[in-house]
Amino acid sequence: VTVDGLLTPRQTLFAAVTTTLAMLFIIDLVRRRRLAEEYSWLWLLTGAAMILLVASDRLLLALGALIGAATPIITLLIFAVLFLFAIAVHYSLIISRLSEQVKALAQELAIMSTRGEAGRDRGSAS
Amino acid sequence: VAAPAVKPLVVIPAYNEAARIGRVLAGVRAADPSLAILVVDDGSRDDTAAVARRAGARVARLPFNNGAGVAAQTGYKYALREGYGCVVQLDADGQHEPADIPLLLAVVARGEADVAIGSRFMGAARYRPSRPRRAGMAIFRVLTYLLTGSRLSDVTSGFRALGADVVRFFATEWYPRDYADADVLITARRAGFTIREVAVRMYPRTGGRSMHAGLTPVYYVFKMLLSVALTPLRRGAAVRKGR
Repeated sequence: VTVDGLLTPRQTLFAAVTTTLAMLFIIDLVRRRRLAEEYSWLWLLTGAAMILLVASDRLLLALGALIGAATPIITLLIFAVLFLFAIAVHYSLIISRLSEQVKALAQELAIMSTRGEAGRDRGSAS
Repeated sequence: VAAPAVKPLVVIPAYNEAARIGRVLAGVRAADPSLAILVVDDGSRDDTAAVARRAGARVARLPFNNGAGVAAQTGYKYALREGYGCVVQLDADGQHEPADIPLLLAVVARGEADVAIGSRFMGAARYRPSRPRRAGMAIFRVLTYLLTGSRLSDVTSGFRALGADVVRFFATEWYPRDYADADVLITARRAGFTIREVAVRMYPRTGGRSMHAGLTPVYYVFKMLLSVALTPLRRGAAVRKGR
């Protein structure tokens, strides 16, 4: 393994700092209850995986060889994109479920609104 | 036409149709005064609900705009809860002739088919949509034929009668939120329901805003192609009829 095959110190520093800051930001959002715990785990998992990749030259090289990436920074980038893809799909699923629930609630409310109306009609008629 | 043994509910999804829905409701009353009518107000910003109520219809008001599919499905769910045996659905904008309701109802009530579609292209029905619209209709007509083997002349018609089993089938979660015509017909056909077309009268819109204005036809075609393309990939729906 040549030195060219590793992340440069500058790359390592930048990747470690940005990943750590991003994780701290997510944790702070969860701490202040702005982000629900159940929706934060995938972010934290992603952050942890990125830190692992940055910290371990061997892992990064092995993964790079596996996917045929030219340099470790490409490996890092590709995995970052994959993680973001997973997070985006995760949120799409959550949004789909939420909108299904909102739809069902709105329909319930609409159906109940006819009942209230019928009750008023009966009340006024008697 | 013999009096149907099942209790029918007329479902009219409406979005900002205060100016036109009064005439539609009067037309339904004129067609058959005994018909129960439910107007589903899809979060209109005008007086649609008040106008409909004044005209004697029951009104289910959605708290915000959800899309035509959700509004229609609200009517199906209501029909199930209140024990109606079938549903006739027509548009609130006056494009569908209420006098033709008994024709559609008769097909379902006599058990000739599970779904009766009002077709603007059959028999004496005279209606000429614009050229791009005709092209779009032709695409979905062909796709429906390819996927179901049914030769239907008007797969994008929103004027239809549904038997109780179909109403139950349409009241489940798969039912689309926005546009629900060719795709739900294909799904229903593939689930084993029978479909029959009936010649009805349809008219061009008299003012107001069509569901298909601006860029929405592009979205409509894309969304409908997607929905239609997905129907053969879904197996679950095919077993639901027996329930």
